[in-house]
Amino acid sequence: MWSLILRRLAVAVPTLFLVMVFVFILQRMLPGDPLLVMAGEERDPAVLETLRKLYGFDRPVPVQFFIWLREVASGNFGSSLRTGAPVTELIAQTLPVTIQLAVASLLIALAIGIPTGVLAAVKKGTWLDYVANAISLSGLSIPNFWLGIILILFVSVNLRWLPASGFVSVFDDPLEAFRTTIMPAFVLGSGLAATLMRHTRSAMLEVLRLDYVRTARAKGLLESKVILKHALRNALVPIVTLSTLLFGQLLAGAVLTEQVFTIPGFGKLIVDAVFNRDYGVVQGVVLCTAIAFILMNLVADVLYIVINPRLRTA
Amino acid sequence: MTAVSPIGISTAGAEALAQRRNRALAKFLANPSALFGTVLVLTFVVLAVFASWIAPYEPNKTNFLMLRKAPSAMHWLGTDEIGRDILSRLIHGGIASLYAGVVSVFIALFVGMPIGLVAGWFGGWLDALISRATDALLAVPFLILAIAFAAALGPSLTNAMIAIGLSQVPIFVRLTRGQVLAVKTEDFVEGARAVGVPNSLILLRHITPNIFAPLVVQATLTVATAIIAEASLSFLGLGQQPPAASWGSMLNTAKNYMDSAPWMSISPGIAIMLVVLGFNLLGDGLRDALDPREQ
Repeated sequence: MWSLILRRLAVAVPTLFLVMVFVFILQRMLPGDPLLVMAGEERDPAVLETLRKLYGFDRPVPVQFFIWLREVASGNFGSSLRTGAPVTELIAQTLPVTIQLAVASLLIALAIGIPTGVLAAVKKGTWLDYVANAISLSGLSIPNFWLGIILILFVSVNLRWLPASGFVSVFDDPLEAFRTTIMPAFVLGSGLAATLMRHTRSAMLEVLRLDYVRTARAKGLLESKVILKHALRNALVPIVTLSTLLFGQLLAGAVLTEQVFTIPGFGKLIVDAVFNRDYGVVQGVVLCTAIAFILMNLVADVLYIVINPRLRTA
Repeated sequence: MTAVSPIGISTAGAEALAQRRNRALAKFLANPSALFGTVLVLTFVVLAVFASWIAPYEPNKTNFLMLRKAPSAMHWLGTDEIGRDILSRLIHGGIASLYAGVVSVFIALFVGMPIGLVAGWFGGWLDALISRATDALLAVPFLILAIAFAAALGPSLTNAMIAIGLSQVPIFVRLTRGQVLAVKTEDFVEGARAVGVPNSLILLRHITPNIFAPLVVQATLTVATAIIAEASLSFLGLGQQPPAASWGSMLNTAKNYMDSAPWMSISPGIAIMLVVLGFNLLGDGLRDALDPREQ
């Protein structure tokens, strides 16, 4: 088991290095000189020269890359070219907002996706299976930003039940937090629910035809016990590997959902940075996302090894 | 003895391939949801190709006497904030969506497939390098990667297509590589190698035709993802630029008029949903028909 975990770690390190190379190249590809933005309207050549020296832009590109690498390693992800605020500070401000939204979405997705997937697998070939499949396919086909607009239209504009925008932290006012988060969380969670449902269904179908399930039935166990205790428990193992996919889907979905519901989160940070041409923030956010993603992948891999008895003894 | 052509494909093998193709076609035609998906996709393709003839009005023609009018006999889906006919813009918007979906997948396929072929066939350090680079690109969520590329390239439909295409490259690299690894140990490949067929010819004539089915399935499903991605980028203002019509940018404008003109928000979303559903059903149908395990 430990050798497998070490092997996964050994793969994660070069991947991380390549992500950094890639983010550095992306930064070089960006149109316009970032120093021109920093130098202000006058663009005084002396100021430009000082800035160029200060940020090490006068050095050869490979040297610049390693200087930047050293900075990142020490936790400095750069700063906003507009406000000068460190990217880590901006992320620290916006991430809790997105985490609240993501956790709520994930709960909704789990509550819808797993029972529907189990039901579709158990009732395979019946109208219940067809309905569940149709709903999941629709969930994958509806753009979540449009679902958000439609919900705002009906729930907020017509019925006036929930606020159309804004954010309240669950630690400040739990009730108001529920009212502001439930709609965007549903929007973000519906796509995830569809993905989860599809995977749960196929994992359950695989497990349900295995011998030990037949043995459990032959022993005369209750069908609900066979499904929930014997089949679902094992079917959930491969779903762990989905966590990185879901994480990616959550982050990407959050970009659009936060835009529709005007939520000041991580997703809105990157979109605003793109429009303000604040490349320092774009670069920092992309790098942070990639690092988080690689770590998630690593955790999922390790978790998969730990919970899978066959790999545990390997 | 089985007859062998100069490039190493046996006639028996060609017959088996043709039989497999016929079986797949019969299976696809017997699948109602795949056929429904095909009809949906074809409907949108026809609407897009003949948009200029089908659309009742010129899509960018403004009419300041008809600002934000609800659906009526004159304007079936109503008018927008500057009096343009929504139905006409919807029909023309389909061109941008389908075009972006298909072109970006072609970019991803034609960049990703050769890289995957090289990685899978040659193996060694080249494979390790390509695989790690693929992992690195896959480490950034697709839409965030597309936004980063679109930001780097500047907002336009062409750049959005390039951004979406480049963001999808790693998926095709990984898929192609995996398929090559599965096929390269097959007897017909070993045979071709044994008689001295050059690498490039083996990859082109023997490997590619045998790995094409899963790539076609993936490409079809990726068109659906790419259409949503284009709509998302246009919704964020990074795709199709005004006044040209696109479903995403129509929704971007519509969200500012939810109180006064709710109809502006409905139809573009339904159009995106239907065309994406079409490609998803078509892709699922192709996968079922082409998957050898299903046969």
